[in-house]
Amino acid sequence: MPRYLFKTALMIMLLLAPLTHLNKSSIVWASSDIVQFSDPLLRDRYYQLVQELRCPKCQNQNLADSNAPISKDMKAQIHSMLEAQKTDDQIKQHLVSRYSEFVLYRPEVNANTWFLWFAPLCIVLFGAVVIWRYAFSGNPAKSDAKTYAADLSAKQQQKLSKLLGEDEQS
Amino acid sequence: MNRIALFIPLVVFAILTLFLLKGLDRDPTELPSALVGEAFPNFVLPSLADEQTFFSERDLGGRVVLVNVWATWCFACRIEHPMLNQLATEGVAIIGLNYKDQDQQARQWLERKGNPYVFNIVDSKGTLGFDLGVTGAPETYLVDAQGIIRYRRVGVVDQRVWDDEINDLYQQLSGEVK
Repeated sequence: MPRYLFKTALMIMLLLAPLTHLNKSSIVWASSDIVQFSDPLLRDRYYQLVQELRCPKCQNQNLADSNAPISKDMKAQIHSMLEAQKTDDQIKQHLVSRYSEFVLYRPEVNANTWFLWFAPLCIVLFGAVVIWRYAFSGNPAKSDAKTYAADLSAKQQQKLSKLLGEDEQS
Repeated sequence: MNRIALFIPLVVFAILTLFLLKGLDRDPTELPSALVGEAFPNFVLPSLADEQTFFSERDLGGRVVLVNVWATWCFACRIEHPMLNQLATEGVAIIGLNYKDQDQQARQWLERKGNPYVFNIVDSKGTLGFDLGVTGAPETYLVDAQGIIRYRRVGVVDQRVWDDEINDLYQQLSGEVK
């Protein structure tokens, strides 16, 4: 396998490495978070929502992690709205209209957030272009060797072959 | 072309520096309020002075008022209270929202420290607080004569906050009423 292909493959694998964390199926819940629901499906949606909604009082904690009184109120509100057959969007809208978009860890795509959403993609694409050019714009070592070989006179060429021959024999 | 490309890292660095410099002056605990510019939420809640009397959002209207969210369990409210007393003597109408508190203790607090409030709304479960987007006490809202929230302060209102942030807006809104 050519060396540059190996390098490219390695870089692509490194770029993709963070994606392996996307499948976070094994979340362990603290016992204080156990909430009773009439339907197990509602419970799944509840855990989904408290994971991706942010506590407005505490910095950088979601509702699931936060013990602030306001988070408890918000969790109770989410619970009762789920039991009242509200959709996830209705619940989020209900909270956003009171606590602003700050509570959404996954904000809507709008004029304020497009940069947040698309900058990482642009950076990855930029990185891919750089890697592509680095890997396929011709092997610098090889082209150097060719240039030098062309500069050699017939006599020098002979000498070189001889030296290389000696090297192989020893 | 290649020489211009050499400046790309410098430009990126300059842009990053500008953003980070701007970030230095920002208080990360200061949240945008979803309710500034919106009508004060509807509510029907009892009075602290008399449990049989109920207030609604209509009781706020007709004048510019400060709505102050307070509680006896809130330490910062203790620090804020003298400032509220002072504002009340200067003629500012302050309405209290007693948030997740015990009525008895709240009444004792007002007897001991003075009562700057025109009236007090009892929000023992925090339902109005939830609709207002209250994250804790103290918080203060400036509500105009049409019942629209014009300003929100999270934390203590002291002389500096009043002078720098509230007074001008309060005078301007009061001027519109007259």
